[in-house]
Formats: sequence, structure tokens, C-alpha cells
Amino acid sequence: MIEKVIFYVFAGILLAAALLVITARNPVHSALSLVLVFFTSAALWLMAEAEFLGIALVLVYVGAVMVLFLFVVMMLDINIAVMREGFSRYLPLGALVAVVMVLQMLLVIGAAGVDFSGFAEATNPALSETNNIRMLGNVLYTVYVYPFELAAMVLLLAIIAAIMLTLRRRGGTRHQDINKQVRTTKADRLRMVRMASEQKNEQ
Amino acid sequence: MIELSDYLVLSALLFSIGMAGIFLNRKNAIVLLMSIELILLAVNFNFIAFSHFLGDIHGQVFVFFILTVAAAESAIGLAILVVLFRNRGTINVGDLDAMRG
Repeated sequence: MIEKVIFYVFAGILLAAALLVITARNPVHSALSLVLVFFTSAALWLMAEAEFLGIALVLVYVGAVMVLFLFVVMMLDINIAVMREGFSRYLPLGALVAVVMVLQMLLVIGAAGVDFSGFAEATNPALSETNNIRMLGNVLYTVYVYPFELAAMVLLLAIIAAIMLTLRRRGGTRHQDINKQVRTTKADRLRMVRMASEQKNEQ
Repeated sequence: MIELSDYLVLSALLFSIGMAGIFLNRKNAIVLLMSIELILLAVNFNFIAFSHFLGDIHGQVFVFFILTVAAAESAIGLAILVVLFRNRGTINVGDLDAMRG
């Protein structure tokens, strides 16, 4: 019973924060609401015994991706008034599509042919026997080792693509050219000057 | 006890909120990216719920890969936005009509 109450409280916070993400006037508020969405989702995932993914969601999303979002939102100078001008015009259409989609999905979930009573939590002794991280690791490093390496390549690709996209060489900056420094010769740096010797001026 | 349908209904609502966000914030590319994150989160909810109630760990592996791809996607998307802002001075989606014939 108490589990159900906790679930509904977290679900309510999650949906309210998600609504705030799409309706907030200021993109910074949207990003901060999205942080709240990820936190409450992590709590709900913990309740579903997906401990590793709950923690990974907080670490990866709240710690890295949302900081990136906030960084970009604060760095770009966004004209909020221009951004909002289509909001009220598209509100009826967006709400209609959302409501229709919810109704369709609820119809599918509540359809007579789909009986969820078979999916009782008691039917999964395998998941509760050992810890979640060990089970995930056992599968991830054996069955899914090739997709796992591909995921690493996707992340590497993202790093390289993001850096190459945002890299820019500005004129007028001073930077070291190591190649030029190494290939320099004596003739480039040293100039021999022939001059008459100075007279010693002693009294 | 929490039922599977509780998770599925929550996921459906979250998905629709993300979908509505794409309709409402058509001008603002950053909020569009955030709406995509909401939709991916709803999909992950489904995977986690079914993984829990079926007693099958493979659903969580899929969530792991979705999280990886979503993180890469948002990193590249934000990099594109930064380049866009540097070149055009705006991230208004309505102004991006350079390829219109």
C-alpha cells in the first residue's frame, strides 16, 4: 500500500515537471524542470528494481547531459518573446494530438485481450536472487558484448563530431606552432653583426 | 502492489507530453531537444517496467543502449545548435530556410 502511495506521488511530480518543461517561458526553467523529471524517473526506476539504470540516469543525465543543456541555454542569447509566438496558436492542435495519443494508448493497455494480471511481481524470482548490477554485467559482457563495443564507438563518434563542429580557428590569436618551432635553424634566429670594437673609455 | 499497467499509463502520459511539447515549441530548437528526451524517457519506462514484471534482464540492457545513443544525440544536437547560433545569430526554427528553393 505504502509502495503505491510513493509511486503515485513520484508519478505526479514527474508529470507536473514534464508539463513545466514544455510550457515554461524561460528555457532555463525548462532545463531545470527536466532535471527534476530525470530525478523522479530515477526514483521510479529504483522502485522497479533497476538500480544500476536509476543511478546511471542520475549520473549521466543529471550530471552530464543536463549540465550541457544548461550550458548551451545560458550561452546562447535567446529572444524569448519571438520563441513563444506560435505557442497559443499550436496549443489546441498539440493538446488534441496528445489527448488522442493518450486515449489510444490507454485503449491498447486496457484492451480485453491484454491481461496484465499474469505479470505479477512474484513471477520473477530470477531478478531478486542476485544483485542487479551483477546480472546486467553478466549479460552485457557476454551476449551483448558486440553492441556494447558499438555503443562505445557511438560515444567516441559523438565526442569527435561535437568537437569538430564547434572548433573554430579565429584570426589574431597567438598560439604555438610546434612543427615550426622544431624545424627552425640557426640562420632563422641568429644574426651576425660586424662592427668596430669599442674603445675603452678610462680616465 | 504496483501493477504493470501503472507504469504503462505513466509512460503513455509522459510520451504524450513530449509529443505535445514538439507541437507547442516549434520555434525553440532547445526545447524541441528536451521534448525528444522526454519521449525517449517514456520508452525507457516501458522497457524497465516490462523487464521488472517479466523477470527478464534484457530489457534493461536495451535501456542502457538507448541512454547511450540519447546522450550522443543530444551532445551532437547541442553542438549543431551552437554552430547554428554562431553562423545565423538565431536558433529560431522558422528562420532556418536557407535550403528552401
